[in-house]
Order: sequence, then structure tokens, then C-alpha cells
Amino acid sequence: MVLDKEYILELLQNVTDPEIPVISVIDLGIVRDVIIDEDSLEVVITPTYSGCPAMLEIEKEINNALKKKGINEFKITTVLSPAWTTEWMSEEGKRKLKEYGIAPPNPTNPEDIECPQCSSKNTQLISEFGSTACKSLFKCNDCLEPFDYFKCH
Amino acid sequence: MTDLTKYNYVLQHADNCLILGQRLGEWCGHGPILEQDIAMTNISLDLIGQARMWYQYAAEIQNEGKSEDDIAYLRDAWGYRNVLLVEQPNGDFAQTIFRQFLYDTYSCYFYEALMNSSDERLAAIAAKSHKEALYHIKWSGDWVIRLGDGTEESHNRMVAAVQELWSYAGELIKPNETEAKAHEEGYGVDLSAIKEKRDAKIREVLTEATLEVPESTYAHEGGKDGRHSEHLGYILADLQFLQRAYPGLEW
Repeated sequence: MVLDKEYILELLQNVTDPEIPVISVIDLGIVRDVIIDEDSLEVVITPTYSGCPAMLEIEKEINNALKKKGINEFKITTVLSPAWTTEWMSEEGKRKLKEYGIAPPNPTNPEDIECPQCSSKNTQLISEFGSTACKSLFKCNDCLEPFDYFKCH
Repeated sequence: MTDLTKYNYVLQHADNCLILGQRLGEWCGHGPILEQDIAMTNISLDLIGQARMWYQYAAEIQNEGKSEDDIAYLRDAWGYRNVLLVEQPNGDFAQTIFRQFLYDTYSCYFYEALMNSSDERLAAIAAKSHKEALYHIKWSGDWVIRLGDGTEESHNRMVAAVQELWSYAGELIKPNETEAKAHEEGYGVDLSAIKEKRDAKIREVLTEATLEVPESTYAHEGGKDGRHSEHLGYILADLQFLQRAYPGLEW
């Protein structure tokens, strides 16, 4: 089998975060590189938060996605540097997050968070820490819905 | 083992993260309100994740075929090199907050400096952990102010917490032999260089919290060299039970 980087990236586009199943490991910026050297394949990933329990699951899912397509010879390498940042999240990823009901990271104005339900900016922080390490809790003062905010990191 | 000093240096920080993470984990399901219960366990998770990065590196330096888990689960108390602060009991919420604040004021500046380490791996661990530490100090610092400048009850509890834990603040920034040597060799942090910034931050937050900064500079020490308070044994009994009772057990 001839390995092609575009093809591998496309496969990985279908591997989603187990905690937020609408966003892929590519959209999240977890996959840092796909290195193909003749017959060898290396997928380079980086953890989001150092204690994120989803990382192990994500590695397993990448493993499964490749094997399902008959790719058995590869290795998955984890790198720590440069440290993951939400700036690597794709625009497509941000759009999908909002659709799913999670406010995407807003690096230009972290104080100005838009409600993913009604798009109002009249929102307030409830707690810096939410259901997972990457999110904090907000509520909308207009539609009154509570929501998760994927915080800048 | 090729480099015992570096191994011990890495262990000190791995153990700080693990023991403080374990302590915060004890709050799970017992927090004063749900959001703060979640905050403490989130921070605990970050710390245990950081501990893993450190232990993985320790295992590589040791190069005896041991895993991160072997190092965490199969050493007795005197093999542990964490500072005495992190093994102190949770006490009430104020005491947990102040213990966290003392650790965060240290770890923020420590990781900031370690990002310039000559050892690339240490610099990478530092860059990753620093981002998380900044988020933690925002939380613990806010709570010191909120409780200190809160009701009479919360203020009194913060005063008691400061009194209880102040004598553990010094060990964090007083280098032991390992840290002095690590700094000499270029990969370790010069603790004397971060002391001033740390002390200023503590002063700034305590002042805003209407709390007095104690004048005493007395510091309990010994944790970094394996001499611990009685608390560590109990923590390890809890933490290590499964691996001791069922060696090699996996989930």
C-alpha cells in the first residue's frame, strides 16, 4: 500500500474527541504531523491538558481508524512541545462546537463570550472549571440557558 | 542510573504534583458547593497529568525498565521527595485554598523559569504545566481574597489557615543539595531568583484579602530529602493500596 499524507489526514478527520464527539482530532489541533517515509507512518499528537483522560482514548481511536483501513505498520508519538493551544483549533471546529452548544474559544476578547443558543453577548461566568478540563461554565442573561465555554488555553 | 542528581530533581517535582493531586482528590464529592468541588478535582487532574510527565521522564533517566507507575506506587515514604506543604491535610476549605495558593505562587514562577532549562524535556514539561499553573493561581488567589475579605467567619478561617501553613512556605524556595547542583549544571531553576517575585505576589494577594503577612521566616524542611511528616504514610497507604495488594493490577 502506498501511503499518502492527504489520505491519512482525511482518515483522522473522522476520529473525534470522545468527550465532544462533533469535533475531530484534526479540528482540535491535537494531530501535529503525519510523517511518511517510504513505508513507515508516524502520527504525531500532543495532549490538550496534561491530565486530560480523553488522550488515551484518542490514541486508541486513531489506532483503530488506521487499522480499519488495513494500515497496520505505524507508530503514534506524543510530543509536549510546543504546548497545545486553542489557537490551533480550526474555524470549522469552532463552528461545529457552537452548533453543538459549546461556546468556542474567543482569544480576541476572552471576556466577551457569546451564548451558543441565542448568540447574545450578555453572558456571565458561573465557574472557571466545568465538566472537563478544557471548559468553564457560563450562563446567558438573555435566554437564561447555562452553557459550556471552551476556554482559551 | 546515569544521572542520580537529575533523577532526584525530577522526582521532587513529580512527587509534589502527585501528592497535592491526591490531596485535592480527597475533596471529590465533599466540596462546599458543586462548582468548587469540580474546580478542586479539575486542578487535581491537571496535577496528576503533570506528575505523569515528570514520572515518565524519571523512568527514562533511571533506565532500569521501570514504568511511571512503578515509581509512583512502589516507593515508601522516605523515597518520596515532595515538600512538606503538599502533604498537609485538607483541613477546612480555607486551609485547602491557602495550601494551594502557596503551591501555585511557587509553581507559576518555577515553571516560568524552567522553560529556559538547558534540558529540552524539562523545558517542554514546564511550558505545558505553566499554562495550567496560571489558571490555578487565578482560582486560589481569588479565593484567598474572597474569604479573607469576606465575612467574619471566612476571614477568621483564612487567618487560621495562614497561621497553620505559613511555616511550610519557606521549603519551596530554599534549595536543597539536589536543586543547587541542578542549577549549577544549567538545567535546574535558581530558586533565589524566583523568591522575590513569589514573595511579592503573596504580599499583594494577602494585602488585598485584608490578611497580615506573617513576619516569621521559620521553615519546616526535610521533605525534599525524604524526611516527612506523619501524614505522608497515610496518603501512600490510600494511594498505593491496590498496587501493593494486587501487584501489576490494571483497570
